[in-house]
Amino acid sequence: MATLAPSQTAQPALKPAAPLIALEGVTKTFDLLPVLRNLTLHIGRGDFWALLGANGSGKSTLLRLIAGLGQAEGGTIRVGGWQLPREAARVRAQLGLVSHKLLLYENLTARENLRFFSRLYNLRGGAAEARIEALLARVGLARRADDPVRTFSRGMAQRLSIARALLHNPAILLLDEPYSGLDQAAAALLDALLGEAHAEGRTILMVTHEIERAARLPSHVAILARGAIAFVCPREAIPDAAWLAARYAEVTS
Amino acid sequence: MQTPFLRAVYGIALKDLQAELRSRELLSLMLIFALLSLLIFSFALELDRIAREESISGVLWVTVAFASIIGLNRSLTLEREQGSLDAMLIAPIQRAAIFVGKLVGNFLFALIVGALLIPIAALLYNLPALSLWLIGALVLGTLGLSSVGTLLATMTAQTRTRESLLPIVMLPLALPIVLTAVRATTGILSGQPSGDWLAWLQLLAFVDAVYFAACFVMFEFVVEA
Repeated sequence: MATLAPSQTAQPALKPAAPLIALEGVTKTFDLLPVLRNLTLHIGRGDFWALLGANGSGKSTLLRLIAGLGQAEGGTIRVGGWQLPREAARVRAQLGLVSHKLLLYENLTARENLRFFSRLYNLRGGAAEARIEALLARVGLARRADDPVRTFSRGMAQRLSIARALLHNPAILLLDEPYSGLDQAAAALLDALLGEAHAEGRTILMVTHEIERAARLPSHVAILARGAIAFVCPREAIPDAAWLAARYAEVTS
Repeated sequence: MQTPFLRAVYGIALKDLQAELRSRELLSLMLIFALLSLLIFSFALELDRIAREESISGVLWVTVAFASIIGLNRSLTLEREQGSLDAMLIAPIQRAAIFVGKLVGNFLFALIVGALLIPIAALLYNLPALSLWLIGALVLGTLGLSSVGTLLATMTAQTRTRESLLPIVMLPLALPIVLTAVRATTGILSGQPSGDWLAWLQLLAFVDAVYFAACFVMFEFVVEA
């Protein structure tokens, strides 16, 4: 299995803030309907959080706010000590986002997509090409690198989307349902990629419905219910997935 | 640290051109629409030589304007549908670089359509020989339409009624561009001395500059809203 060069680890460019991601009393409404209500969440540097919650509970909205793609009506959001969205420009180079949507261009090939994003992140020359090739190999798409993304299965496109998010070596990874549409082999590959990313010191926030994975992979689990964080637990305190599923049912019922 | 402005513009424009070279989706839509419009106008308006000379500029620019709207709608809708506008928005680039990058692609597509229309219109409407001034008017007119259109298409792409909304909001703002372009083109095609139409071309360049500057500044507010 291909691995990335050891020098390509997370960039230490954010303020030495603790916590790295801090949301205080965040409120967000859509069409007068409150989605997030006075939400507070602190994520430390190098932590790997799974965020569980029912459909429509505001998980994706929360992720978009942390990515600087939206504005909360109340509260403060700080990433790496910088306040969003006012100072979002300072943290963008440190964020990698995998969304519901693939954030890829279907008419471009896998390699062209990564080249495009390498230009946006000002990666240049041989180093950029080497990074692209390494990532394509790492997500198992080296042989399909010159095929248009429109010919890819959902799982292949999702793997490319993950390569895109890792391309600029971000310190923070925001993942919105990254396992959706992946077959078992691709999901196992993503498990390994996330494990590596976490081991390299990246901070990860993953929105997911997969309770079994949430009980196994991350360092912390949170459950979002009725617009606020209703449950937080470190992995060590989770005996098994069934226990977490029971807590999830309690909190979201 | 932000990516240099021109590098981001180059990346976005190159991406649009590469995607279009592979799919030919935008240009084929725009060209088919433009050709059909020209043909319909040609058959519908059975005019004498003078009336034809006076009407062809209007026919040309209305066709280019509507073909541009089709291209702009599709270009920005694709960005929204695939979520790739979000991917650009979280990249460390200036918002204005996204505007200029998208503008370059939209402008080139509109220019190609206009450049292909002129010889066809010359055949259909028995136009006089083409001139460099006509190309200048085409460049300025399509640049203005693409500037205002790129901004407005980004706004309307966020709505459910984007296909019908863009022409409604764009045409009133495109009026100064179309009017000045039509006046300049009429003067050029009818062989009038340059003193009679050069002021229209200058006014078109001025409108372009004002629109470009306004859209450049406003784009950030549109995508952050």
